[in-house]
Amino acid sequence: MSQTRRELLVDPLVDNNPITLQVLGICSSLAVTSSLKVALVMAIAVTLVTAFSSMFISMLRNHIPSSIRIIVQMVIIASLVIVVDQLLKAYAFEISKTLSVFVGLIITNCIVMGRAEAFAMKNPPIDSFIDGIGNGLGYGFILMLVGIIRELFGSGSLFGVTLLQTVNNGGWYVPNGLLLLPPSAFFVIGLLIWAFRTWKPEQAEEREYKIQTVEAH
Amino acid sequence: MVDGSANTASPKGPLRRFLDLPTDSTAKTLFVAVTLCLFASMIVSIAAVALRPVQEENKLRDKRINILQVAGVYDPAVSVATAFEAFEPHVVDLRTGEFTDQFDAATFDDRAAADDPALSRALEDDPASISRQSFYKTVYLLRDANGAIDKVVLPVHGYGLWSTLWGFIALEENGNDIFGLQFYEQGETPGLGAEVDNPRWKALWNGKKLRDDNGDLQITVAKTQPAAGPEYYVDALAGATLTSRGVDNLVRFWMGSDGYEAFLNKIKAGEIK
Repeated sequence: MSQTRRELLVDPLVDNNPITLQVLGICSSLAVTSSLKVALVMAIAVTLVTAFSSMFISMLRNHIPSSIRIIVQMVIIASLVIVVDQLLKAYAFEISKTLSVFVGLIITNCIVMGRAEAFAMKNPPIDSFIDGIGNGLGYGFILMLVGIIRELFGSGSLFGVTLLQTVNNGGWYVPNGLLLLPPSAFFVIGLLIWAFRTWKPEQAEEREYKIQTVEAH
Repeated sequence: MVDGSANTASPKGPLRRFLDLPTDSTAKTLFVAVTLCLFASMIVSIAAVALRPVQEENKLRDKRINILQVAGVYDPAVSVATAFEAFEPHVVDLRTGEFTDQFDAATFDDRAAADDPALSRALEDDPASISRQSFYKTVYLLRDANGAIDKVVLPVHGYGLWSTLWGFIALEENGNDIFGLQFYEQGETPGLGAEVDNPRWKALWNGKKLRDDNGDLQITVAKTQPAAGPEYYVDALAGATLTSRGVDNLVRFWMGSDGYEAFLNKIKAGEIK
């Protein structure tokens, strides 16, 4: 085992973050970050699905035929997602209304598939479970950062608690409507990636081209 | 004897033998695929069936909260079921404006009825862009202490900019004064069209009138006040022209002759008590 379990849990938060380093799971992070409450529930759902799907896939890893391994992974992930969706509809109805289709779309979240294929197929169940939790937390961490920026400056509140009284409600703050629209998450995530890579330059990818010096004649 | 010796020769059960097959063999591949699918479908069905009653309960509760809110009697401290007992659901036939006993008002689903050819019609003149309209709608009467009608809650829906807005409009006992309008389902632009949920905008509807003294439908959502006067005018949402137009269309459609007009006339005439 090259990584300790603690590393499995902590590494994906900053050093090997699924969003900022691997740039996976961007689609859902655009959709669910306009309010923090929704972002938090989505983060918990993705963490649970990643952890348990990794664990189950790892338990079966020696019996999964390589010809159908992606389908087997998908079936396991999809079943878990449906169960999570049903649970949300039963016990967190308000939030499930806001999340609507995005819970179902966890199936297509590249982070879940990525961990199944890259980690769970080669490692024992407990390690895979911890790896899933770690990656889910890494995803959730970025979701919360983006959510804080978008909700605070887009609606003047955090977790629905008004901090900046908006003009529409008789206050002074003119909210930035762009931040409530999905494209703003692109800008915020882009800036976050820039910030992370400035802080930890080893995360920056190598250039695919090389600037050559040509001597002038 | 023969059976016994076969058993001692291979102590492994059939499952064990299968699992020991080379992982990539055809038999094993089929075995894994079928077993996994059976197992997964079982888990999913159990979750769906076991949780359905709770989910239905949630949906009903959500709808009831919206009816309570639009009629201005929602109190989070009182249980929704208790508070809702004050309301009297009735199924109205829009063509005659009369109550019908054909359906059980407590369980009738007018959203599903719009897709049933026997209970609905395709609209040719369709300002609210709903394409099919059910002949039957569930309305809710709120009575005061003396048993007289206090408020009438009518379901309305129509297309905005991106989505169909589903909501309720609450009218006073005369069937002409608006008490409130509230949408329980909409997917309009956050910060612009989704401001239909803004309490300050919803408050504008309170006290407006549908029709003038000649019985002409005058209520309108517009950017500037029309000639009819301020009591028929709700200021459009800033930056949400198409959503405002959608709300205008759907309110005028449902309050008009294709909507609840016949029913509201009966309320006005006191024929429905």
